[in-house]
Amino acid sequence: MSSVNIKWSRWFPLVPALALLTGILLVPLGKTLVDSVSTPAWTLKNYSNLFTDGVTMTVLGRTALTAATVTAIALLLGYPYAYLMTRVGPRARGILLVIVLIPFWTSVMARNFAWVIILQDGGPVQSLFELLGADHVVLYGTTAGVTIAMTQVMLPFMVLPLFSTLGSIDRRLLLAARGLGSSPTAAFWKVFWPLSRGGVMAGVVLVFTLSLGFYVTPALLGSPQESLVAQLLAQRTTLLLDFPAAGALGIVVLIVTLVLVAWANRVGGTVSAIGVVATSRPKDRP
Amino acid sequence: MTRETTVKATEPSSGTGLGTEIRLAGVTKDYGLASPAVDDISLTIEPGEFMTLLGPSGSGKTTTLNLVAGFETLTAGTISLNGADVGNVPPHRRNLGMLFQNYALFPHMSVAQNVAYPLRERKAGKEEIARKVADVLELVQLTGRDGDYPSQLSGGQQQRVALARAIVFEPKALLLDEPLGALDRNLRSALQVEIRRIHREVGSTFVFVTHDQEEAMNLSDRIALFNNGHIEQIGTPQQLYTEPETLFTARFLGDSNVFELGQAALDEKVAQDGESWIVEPGTVAAHPGVRASSAIVVRPEDVEVAGSRDAVPSGANAVRATVRDVEYMGSYRTLLLAMGAGGLPGRARTSALRGEYAIGDTVVIWWWPRAQRIVAA
Ligand SMILES: Nc1ncnc2c1ncn2[C@@H]1O[C@H](COP(=O)(O)OP(=O)(O)OP(=O)(O)O)[C@@H](O)[C@H]1O
Ligand SMILES: [Mg+2]
Repeated sequence: MSSVNIKWSRWFPLVPALALLTGILLVPLGKTLVDSVSTPAWTLKNYSNLFTDGVTMTVLGRTALTAATVTAIALLLGYPYAYLMTRVGPRARGILLVIVLIPFWTSVMARNFAWVIILQDGGPVQSLFELLGADHVVLYGTTAGVTIAMTQVMLPFMVLPLFSTLGSIDRRLLLAARGLGSSPTAAFWKVFWPLSRGGVMAGVVLVFTLSLGFYVTPALLGSPQESLVAQLLAQRTTLLLDFPAAGALGIVVLIVTLVLVAWANRVGGTVSAIGVVATSRPKDRP
Repeated sequence: MTRETTVKATEPSSGTGLGTEIRLAGVTKDYGLASPAVDDISLTIEPGEFMTLLGPSGSGKTTTLNLVAGFETLTAGTISLNGADVGNVPPHRRNLGMLFQNYALFPHMSVAQNVAYPLRERKAGKEEIARKVADVLELVQLTGRDGDYPSQLSGGQQQRVALARAIVFEPKALLLDEPLGALDRNLRSALQVEIRRIHREVGSTFVFVTHDQEEAMNLSDRIALFNNGHIEQIGTPQQLYTEPETLFTARFLGDSNVFELGQAALDEKVAQDGESWIVEPGTVAAHPGVRASSAIVVRPEDVEVAGSRDAVPSGANAVRATVRDVEYMGSYRTLLLAMGAGGLPGRARTSALRGEYAIGDTVVIWWWPRAQRIVAA
């Protein structure tokens, strides 16, 4: 009996958190799910409509493409950046960390309006392009503009897990590879890159799934003709008041996300919400 | 049968002749610490030689090896392989085998993939790789563990994988940084035999780092004894043991009884109080430091024990001692002594046949002057 008591007392501290999660996540989610198949009648019509209404699939595709582009750019920028962070002294590392975290500390509104000013017609970006000889480059109101602004916000989610993974790789392995006949490039691709895969997967999944749900940035910087899925959801709930249809769309996005996370878990390692990474492959023992 | 397969694997390069000549001249590496990690070392390792870098922890052995391999840049001096200065040659073009002190196995590759790595980098064929990997794993007694990952192996097994990976491509020169450090005694001596055999068969130059003097004595053609970033003495194991130049060398290799003479001229240390100090010219080290400060060194096996001064033959050197402890070593026993007026710690070997001694006994130890060595202190 005492072992039962111990078990209970061990779980007890989780009770408030579990209660909160049930109240604010599981209950509304369950209700959304039930509503989406029961209103106005018990059918899957709300779901089949998503495929046939001619809008949802286009928007979902565009959202996925935008999220993928953001993820790819963030990886291309973030990997060398994180690598640099592991190679410099503690002072420089601190500075690099602050730079990457600044978008975190800026209010969403301030950040997005800053992008509006930078990207708008006659703004500094356009002037810069004009200096370079490209006339009238319009980024404001385009998916390209949205992608740029989203990448800035997403960069920390790429850099932080990468930094923790790259920093934990034993650099002497690179020397060993060189000693065994690898050029520096070969040593990177055969030893360093595979060992960093866990961090890459964590960053990619985090950035991609978060990018799927972006609302404010596309709403402010994008064009209504090129809306993303979060805008579509907002439209259906606030303008059309069609909650069951919006619920169905939300559930579909959720399923896509979960499938992605499960896949990443299988191939890349364990991904936790904050992006701390435990690679599935064992580390070298000292 | 086992032997036959492994011999075949190593045969091709034994036909291709000698190993690399490694020449270090004035080699210095300064990390900006109080003293350079490696300080003005000059050393020529002959093709096919088994050279051991021996020395206490922090004496610069690994640093020297890293300089030869190209992982560190020289502060001063030159390193040449087969007469060609390799100062600007990157590590992967030096074609040296290297075994790291910390093994440095690739954690994302299986044992077989780790061992195959240098062969893949040299674009060996699939069948050749499979055959050589199997042979070398048999050599290090890890057959059947091909598919395991490094984290699934014990420290000693990891070390053997690292050894297999370093020798599998039969490099012309092999740099081994304490390759047997983590192994138990039996495996260690078994692999020592294997390493010697591989060395004989492959004919490469071996540079072997250890801080185990017994291992160094067993394996080496020559030993370079490191101390505090410089080389204290280079020579065959025999030379280092019987003809040490300095007190450091005498103390590092084997046990010794030491009588420090300080600045006193050798001939002033004359007989007094039943002691005798005869010096034979041939036993004085050539080291220039001997005149300034020296010590007499006698090995325990060269020391005889007598009950009294009368039992010491004339012409022998002698000193009084008290027995502090007796170690029974099987065929012989070692007396731990307090020697002379100062009670210096000393050792002498004896056997039951020559008389029993107990703790607290006062004895006279004696030795022939030709058995002692006068070294720089
Ligand atoms: N990368 C480095 N940066 C600064 N100092 C170093 C570095 N590597 C080695 N040293 C210093 O150089 C000296 C020699 O080190 P080294 O590793 O060559 O010793 P070692 O003879 O191999 O010792 P051990 O038997 O413990 O392996 C040490 O005092 C060490 O602190
Ligand atoms: Mg070392």
